[in-house]
Amino acid sequence: MTSRVEDQSIGQIGLWRTSLARLGRNYGLQIGIVGVLVAIWVIFVIGAPRTFLSPSIYAAYMSTIPFFAVMALPLTMVIIAGEIDLSFPSIMAIGTLAYVSTVGATGSIPLAVIACLIAGFLAGLLNGVIVVKLGIPSLVATIGTQFFYRGAVLVLTGGKPASLVSAKGAIIREALVGRIGNYLPAQMIWTIVVAVLVWIFLNRHRFGAHVYLIGDNEESARLMGVNAAWTRMMVFAVVGVAAAFGGILASMEVNYFWVTLGEGYLLRTLAAVFLGGTSVFGGTGTVFGTFIACFIIGAIEAGIVAIGLTGFWTQLIYGLIIVISVALQSLLGRRLA
Amino acid sequence: MDYRLQMNDISKRFGEVQALRDVDFTVGSNEVVGLVGDNGAGKSTLIKIITGYHAPDSGEMYFNGEKTEGLTVARARQLGVETVYQERALADLQTLWRNIFMGREISGRFGFLDVDKMMHETEELMVGSMGFTSSAVAPDSVVRTFSGGEKQGVSIVRALHFQADLIILDEPTMGLALSEVRKLLEFVQGIKEAGKSCIFIDHNIFHVHSVADRIVVLDRGEVAGEFVTADIPLEELMDKMYRVAQTGSLD
Ligand SMILES: Nc1ncnc2c1ncn2[C@@H]1O[C@H](COP(=O)(O)OP(=O)(O)OP(=O)(O)O)[C@@H](O)[C@H]1O
Ligand SMILES: [Mg+2]
Repeated sequence: MTSRVEDQSIGQIGLWRTSLARLGRNYGLQIGIVGVLVAIWVIFVIGAPRTFLSPSIYAAYMSTIPFFAVMALPLTMVIIAGEIDLSFPSIMAIGTLAYVSTVGATGSIPLAVIACLIAGFLAGLLNGVIVVKLGIPSLVATIGTQFFYRGAVLVLTGGKPASLVSAKGAIIREALVGRIGNYLPAQMIWTIVVAVLVWIFLNRHRFGAHVYLIGDNEESARLMGVNAAWTRMMVFAVVGVAAAFGGILASMEVNYFWVTLGEGYLLRTLAAVFLGGTSVFGGTGTVFGTFIACFIIGAIEAGIVAIGLTGFWTQLIYGLIIVISVALQSLLGRRLA
Repeated sequence: MDYRLQMNDISKRFGEVQALRDVDFTVGSNEVVGLVGDNGAGKSTLIKIITGYHAPDSGEMYFNGEKTEGLTVARARQLGVETVYQERALADLQTLWRNIFMGREISGRFGFLDVDKMMHETEELMVGSMGFTSSAVAPDSVVRTFSGGEKQGVSIVRALHFQADLIILDEPTMGLALSEVRKLLEFVQGIKEAGKSCIFIDHNIFHVHSVADRIVVLDRGEVAGEFVTADIPLEELMDKMYRVAQTGSLD
């Protein structure tokens, strides 16, 4: 009798152990990244309690982090698909230019926002077409289009910035970048909406299943009937839409369109994706990791300013984050293989 | 005779290599066809044309008597073709259930996945057909850590799971333990008994001779000959295979 009960409990423990191990394997990276965020937060609270215990710093976070977070989340899909996109900062500018031109031509702000997103979609789709139909590595293709899109903005505007004040008081502007209850920036809500949408499509839709498969092993995926070309083109197009959206959020916030819009976003956005545990080799990555990593990146930036270091340091640190993240991925990958 | 598949004058070239030249190939509606030939004879190329992966340069294809053009893998699978590829076609970093349902995910009208159902069916397959006993393996285990034979098992079970009418097995016994080979050959007999069809590629002529109704010999991209298995003793078939490899002709 007793021995049977013991056997069972040993079996139970064994079961527990294997499921714990599986939990660790499946969610280890995500638990780790949350740990990093908490650790950084604790350090900041101890180091500068007055700043980091007041609500205003968090309002500031939630107003600026969304501008790159809404791009980092879909960009995660591009990286999972085994590709990269360096052109999205320029697409931010393309999108807002489309917005400004449409407002100028029609005076309609809703129409202008739609035009902005369509311009982003087309720019992203062009990236996808170049990569898929011409077989050019995305690294090279999007270095090219990065300059092409930026150049197009400069040529079309003559380098002149434009004001977005006409949107002041408009419902759409309130919905995009207003302050809910005089505190919570609306763009934070949009970031959560984007995160949920990307999560659903990546984890609970055929599209996302195919994104993982083509990033993992394109040949296998195609042998089993996955339309790799279409999937690849669409992930680029989605990032285009997201970049245009990030661009219009950032411009609406300051009521101004600078032709340099997007510069400075490349490094922090990529850093967020890689820090979030998405593999540079394709095939693995999580929306959750990227989401948390965006806040780590934002916190680090605030920390750099709080310590009194110059902006030069941010580049150094973001660069370091990218290098360390991908190096860790490579080492971990080799250990598992 | 009713044909599940008919191919006429199929040719396929990869750059300088003429992989297939004017190949005629048929599979009856309840027939196991063995496909044999040297390395590089064009066997895998031929079956990848049937699965819609390669488009032939010329020639015609009929599924169940209906002509198909611009065949894709997805379309071929709809037409009831499932395949164990020589290269296994797995995605190592993905979970078992995602591999089982790769390219044929169970989803609703708008493409949203029914994850629970796929997990559940994977679980049943693991217990039922795969015979996985290791407790470390679950539907959401990543296949990268599976042994060679286990991966092979996943690929075979996947092909059998979808109740296909035409099952293509490209060197399915490679890397399998003896008992697993026996099980596989029984599966092939099961396909025959269930009224389905099968194309069976294997370098082991004993395996092919024991399960095939008919054997087609490919040589350097051309059909060198074909035999009804019942009419040709194993020794004679082996003699002819050697002769083809050396001289390019059966006699
Ligand atoms: N994708 C490809 N690109 C270029 N050449 C190819 C390709 N696939 C096959 N070939 C060539 O076509 C010929 C036939 O190859 P295939 O794989 O069909 O042979 P096989 O009969 O399956 O051989 P094995 O028994 O070794 O598997 C070979 O010369 C091969 O090099
Ligand atoms: Mg082959």
